[in-house]
Amino acid sequence: MSAALLDVVDLQVELITAGGVVRAVDGVSFTIGEGETVTVIGESGSGKSTTAMAVLGLLPDDLAVLSGSVRFGDTDVIAEPGALRAVRGRTVSLIPQDPMTALSPVHTIGRQLVEAVRLRRPELAKRDAEARAVELLDLVHVPRSTEQLGRYPHQLSGGMLQRVLIAIALAGEPRLLVADEPTSALDVTVQAGILGLLLELQESTGIGILMITHDLGVARLVSDRIHVMRDGRFVESGDVEAVVDHPSHEYTRKLLSAVPVLGPWDEDGTAAGGDR
Amino acid sequence: MTTPLLDVRDLVVEYHVRGGSFRAVDTVSFTVHKGRTLAIVGESGCGKSTIACAIVRLLKPSSGQILLDGTDIAPLSERRMRPLRSRVQMVFQDPYASLDPHLSAQDIVAEPLRLRGVRSAAERRATAAELIDRVGLPSSALERRPAEFSGGQRQRIGIARALASSPELLVCDEATSALDVSVQAQVLALLEDLQRDTGLTCIVISHNLGVVRQISADVVVMRAGRVVESGPTADVLAAPKEPYTRALRRAALDPTAMTGRKPRAFVTAREEIPA
Repeated sequence: MSAALLDVVDLQVELITAGGVVRAVDGVSFTIGEGETVTVIGESGSGKSTTAMAVLGLLPDDLAVLSGSVRFGDTDVIAEPGALRAVRGRTVSLIPQDPMTALSPVHTIGRQLVEAVRLRRPELAKRDAEARAVELLDLVHVPRSTEQLGRYPHQLSGGMLQRVLIAIALAGEPRLLVADEPTSALDVTVQAGILGLLLELQESTGIGILMITHDLGVARLVSDRIHVMRDGRFVESGDVEAVVDHPSHEYTRKLLSAVPVLGPWDEDGTAAGGDR
Repeated sequence: MTTPLLDVRDLVVEYHVRGGSFRAVDTVSFTVHKGRTLAIVGESGCGKSTIACAIVRLLKPSSGQILLDGTDIAPLSERRMRPLRSRVQMVFQDPYASLDPHLSAQDIVAEPLRLRGVRSAAERRATAAELIDRVGLPSSALERRPAEFSGGQRQRIGIARALASSPELLVCDEATSALDVSVQAQVLALLEDLQRDTGLTCIVISHNLGVVRQISADVVVMRAGRVVESGPTADVLAAPKEPYTRALRRAALDPTAMTGRKPRAFVTAREEIPA
């Protein structure tokens, strides 16, 4: 394996709240290499989203105290917070949770996408930036891409908006995507399309993904390795097949047993119509 | 077979929108027998919540019949409907929005008893305390307000409130979809217990096939206001016949049933569904 895209060592996050100081993340370590998807899975309040936001430096400076190290290549963004501006949107981009509220409602898709393109490539003329925007929309399989540039977010479905947000994330040509519950606001068939897209992008570009989810099914589908988080700590970590098939920690077993089982089904449809 | 407790026939619900009307539910029919659970499953906008609202008569259907034990409640006026309301109760989707934040848990659960005509305040409070115990909350919960409870606990209060009316039919509209998976498992177990102990009839509205399989004997699959497929849950999930049901089934991710690693050709279900 090549050098890690992201190397997190002993990350601690303390949040200052009205009720006192809360240690939301209590010493977690993980790495993500090229072409890998590493998932942090947990329930509400486990600290999984705080971990993602800490990695991206998106926690409010005055309310969050970070320690440990978060290294993108040779840059430790906890030791040098100033380095974050060069990293965020270039080395690492965020795919947010709720596509319906993540875009500005008063600007067109095209304007928001072109803005992201020009942040990365300020030298591009307007026309070239627009061409790049169309290219990005094609990459994430938004149909009739040129037409979409003139539309507003409310004119698109949740699944299409999530594709646009992935296009915006890719505009910075990052090597790592942080996906914070990217499909939990979407219908299952739409979720399938988005997860399929992420798998495809990873296959074609070798991009690394930090996936944050509460859904074991999603984790099982997209991950190489998973970390099961509870109360700010990783209670179990490992290869996704090993953790799901042979969970060693009691909490992981409890989570798995809480997922309703679907049972086997006739996926090829051979029995349909002919069985009775 | 006996008369079903609920017999929905050719139900149509239209919403008025600018420049005309939108048919959210389009000639839907199904029946639920006493003591059984029927699930209505589908994605956003398929009309499943609209059906729930029609059954509890939070809205008036445009046409069709809703026969509750033989009585058509679809055309009834608000005044004629009122005495029947206690027979059909609803547990709402959002445990954070469906409880009055100013009332204690005990008052929330006691309120329907007053509407049912239980005159004695002491009796109402005693019954509410029993119901709160029945849904698995400690007696220390009685005096607390909604803000002091977790999502799962609030959903238990919502269930206790629905039970206070002694309904024959309980409609659960995505009652566990806002909850963590381990909390969802507890709430589903509670519903199963209640059903076993009291013979309650349930309609479960859900987008989650796993929840549907766990809790309901029969299922109606909906899409764009119409019934796509229906039948015993075990059959529909094991051998779905319609392309849309198959797409839903394929998109439902069951972690313990998966094998192999990151399937590159993970089916984008959308492509398969005929519009």
